[in-house]
Amino acid sequence: MCLAVPGRVLDIGERDGTRMATVDFGGVQKEVCLEYLPDLQVGEYAIVHVGFALQRLDEESAKQTLELFAQLGMLQEEFGDPWEAAAAAGGAPWPFDDEPDGLDVPAGAAPHGEVRQEEIRK
Amino acid sequence: MKYIDEFQDPELARRLLDDIHATVTRPWALMEVCGGQTHTIIRHGIDQLLPEQVELIHGPGCPVCVTPLEVIDKALEIASRPDVIFCSFGDMLRVPGTGRDLFQVRSEGGDVRVVYSPLDALRIAQDNPGREVVFFGIGFETTAPPNAMTVYQAKKLGIRNFSLLVSHVRVPPAIEAIMRSPSCRVQGFLAAGHVCSVMGVGEYPELAARHRVPIVVTGFEPLDILEGVRRAVRQLERGEHTVDNAYARAVRPEGNPAALAMLEDVFEVTDRAWRGIGVIPDSGWRLSARYREYDAEHRFSVTGIKTLEPAECRSGEVLQGLLKPHECEAFGTLCTPRSPLGATMVSSEGACAAYYLYRRLELTPATTAVSPEASPVA
Repeated sequence: MCLAVPGRVLDIGERDGTRMATVDFGGVQKEVCLEYLPDLQVGEYAIVHVGFALQRLDEESAKQTLELFAQLGMLQEEFGDPWEAAAAAGGAPWPFDDEPDGLDVPAGAAPHGEVRQEEIRK
Repeated sequence: MKYIDEFQDPELARRLLDDIHATVTRPWALMEVCGGQTHTIIRHGIDQLLPEQVELIHGPGCPVCVTPLEVIDKALEIASRPDVIFCSFGDMLRVPGTGRDLFQVRSEGGDVRVVYSPLDALRIAQDNPGREVVFFGIGFETTAPPNAMTVYQAKKLGIRNFSLLVSHVRVPPAIEAIMRSPSCRVQGFLAAGHVCSVMGVGEYPELAARHRVPIVVTGFEPLDILEGVRRAVRQLERGEHTVDNAYARAVRPEGNPAALAMLEDVFEVTDRAWRGIGVIPDSGWRLSARYREYDAEHRFSVTGIKTLEPAECRSGEVLQGLLKPHECEAFGTLCTPRSPLGATMVSSEGACAAYYLYRRLELTPATTAVSPEASPVA
């Protein structure tokens, strides 16, 4: 949770009077609040934590970090399905009605709803 | 140096290590404060690459791990209410309260939802005006500003069915408490980089001077850690104790002024209990009087919680750097990621989880002979 991931601003808009952006994290896109970096522009990189841009980052550092995170599976950790990760960690069958039936993920295996690596490395 | 080829820039890593080896003349103990740094260290075997004289002690910098059992139990009680949608970051799903966790609450019918951002929880409140939406607001100085902004937005937009269960903690008072402990062996700190991205470095010079410890602001990539260690060791060998920013690409001395202003508006400093450690004065935030109506503890009157820490769990000592995870008798036997006694074995930033994932086969036979799950990554 303390992980903060560099991302690139794709577009900027407003929601409920708040400055928001679409930010790309090596292929995964999320809506991010820009209120703490109000002068961040399209094309710039920032360190983003739980949906908030917290500090500018230069492009080269951002790309290096993203590449490293992709290699280490940390983007998967950040953007994958937390319920399936939690189910896998517990080692028990899928206990809910509204998700894949009988999911019995062996510990250490990639969870069912993982962020595809080709998306991350794009 | 069996791991060095895995570094992003092995040549630079080798140069940094050579410099550290050439600089060290006597034993030094450094504490890395951030749990993300602990994982980097164990994952890349950095502690094994360093000279024997340099010991890395793992600090209490995992927000999931230090959230008190009492707060977890309050979360479980609130999340079990039929009128509540309980929102949390995914890290909290398997953190054990007294007898169960949020994952189990959902299995039992509770409406528990995982969000990426606290603003997602606020949107859920907008979409469900007939339900109470509670967000589990834990974390250090990096996470507190997003949560503060969410409460500010709730008030600005007049959203009344949203509240925050707050258990935010602050790093500098924890460093102070560690240094004041009679059993403290720490001689230098690697400060948590992203905490400083928000807070700047203004709180550290006085700490460094008073306790005569170098504090090096450090990122959490492998090369960042080596550079942080290199700078801390250089200071120690020279008898210096200043604040040094080794993560300048993401940390400005003044931090993030907009985030700091929001923190000051929405929160106020308070004493906080840390799981396994106890109350540290001024080490946390609670909602300020202007925003108290958004405090889930007040709204739901969660009282009469009786907590029961597992007697075998020694995570408090691990969090204070007094015990290495594998030195705990329950490690890998009574306590595994599948069946954890404490949060340090659950959290993706927990020290016990790091040791279990990356070092299990290198531990004593007593701890490696059990637990067929979770193959080591290294």
